[in-house]
Amino acid sequence: MNLPCPSSAGAVISVTALSRHFGVQAALQEVSLYVPRGCVCGLVGENGAGKTTLIKHLLGLLRAQTGTVRVFGLDPVADDVAVLSRIGYLSETRDLPGWMRIDDLLRYTAAFYAGWDEGFANRLREQFALSPSVRVRTLSQGQLAKLGLLVAMAHRPELLLLDEPSSGLDPLVRREILEAIIRTVAEEGRTVLFSSHLLDEVERVSDHLAMMHQGRILFSGPLDQVKESHRRFIIRFEAAQARPPQLEGALCISGHGREWKVVSSGLSHLTTAHAASLGGVILEERMATLDEIFVARAKGGQPA
Amino acid sequence: MLDSDLTGGVLVYYCINTVDYMHLQISTADGLPIYQQIFNQVRYLVAAGRWQEGEELPPIRVLAEQLAVNPNTVARAYLELERAGVVTKQPGSGTYVSKAGRGLTQREKNKILVRRVDSLLVEAQHLGVELDEVMRLVRERRALLLEKVRP
Repeated sequence: MNLPCPSSAGAVISVTALSRHFGVQAALQEVSLYVPRGCVCGLVGENGAGKTTLIKHLLGLLRAQTGTVRVFGLDPVADDVAVLSRIGYLSETRDLPGWMRIDDLLRYTAAFYAGWDEGFANRLREQFALSPSVRVRTLSQGQLAKLGLLVAMAHRPELLLLDEPSSGLDPLVRREILEAIIRTVAEEGRTVLFSSHLLDEVERVSDHLAMMHQGRILFSGPLDQVKESHRRFIIRFEAAQARPPQLEGALCISGHGREWKVVSSGLSHLTTAHAASLGGVILEERMATLDEIFVARAKGGQPA
Repeated sequence: MLDSDLTGGVLVYYCINTVDYMHLQISTADGLPIYQQIFNQVRYLVAAGRWQEGEELPPIRVLAEQLAVNPNTVARAYLELERAGVVTKQPGSGTYVSKAGRGLTQREKNKILVRRVDSLLVEAQHLGVELDEVMRLVRERRALLLEKVRP
């Protein structure tokens, strides 16, 4: 699939042909990703797909073995201070020092950032109902996530990197985190990259999408284009089919007997014409859900 | 506007008490892009007279936060609504339901109903209920509902 990629010139994140091995294990293979300024990019994929490894490269915690990584046009390993001072990061494990009180942690973190906005930090703290004198180790998972997000956001970073921000949280806290992401992007020029395996929330808050599978980017691009280019059909054949019918443009075919579910991309008119020539009738047609697209792409296994 | 299916994303909001915002509700279950769901639902609400001419739509940021969706998505829905003449943007103020926006064509109205008629007919067929009986039920229910509406 050829989705127009924004040129790397205006991109906040620009990763080109990045590969990474841990021993013999290939964690990232030929990964390219461009995230334009002002976008919310959802990075989706199952556990172990390479999402966290990719984010660590953006933070300069891992050095590119092959390929290039640029954030704000800079190399995050060589220009770590310049890059990190403009990024807000929430790690998947939300590791914050347990022995600190919340107010201590905020003072401590503020010292690292010239742009720390104390008023904003206090507003967020009140909004998230975090009381200043409480020790971090006594916080619940939901409170930890909110505190982690506060720490990541309070210096008003140009780029917010969130690794599984809502994983393991109840719906109310997830909603608060989504709203914080939405408010961030509504402010001019701020960019968000967040990883998630919850396709529902990715579809809601992202305008760009990158799907990872086994260390590769299966495809990436504007979310609307991804959605509009994939369709899902239920096709009924006159006679039972012993094997899945081979249809042009089809990414994934499942079912048995006379009725088959087909997910196709881009060339769906070819798929329907081909099905008709084999005696198939379209019972149902609609745009595919992200879930269906992801499963179809991952099964097909072929990068676009 | 693309190959939008007008019934998609239009919820039976008047029957079910759902947690929504100004009768708008977003679902990611039926494959329809979110901006199209907003577009369809606003058109439907305007056509049904729920949103009256001259009424102000929520600002993009507010609606995005309330529905927990990307602000660019809401902006795109508003732009498509403006193009379709359903709303008008007043520079420096807000977005309002426009005069021309009222009413769906008969074809569009039918399209909304056909789905429900189909599922009614399929259900009746499965239960072995004759068409005459279905029609009698439709009339009977209508009379009952009208009675309830009138005080």
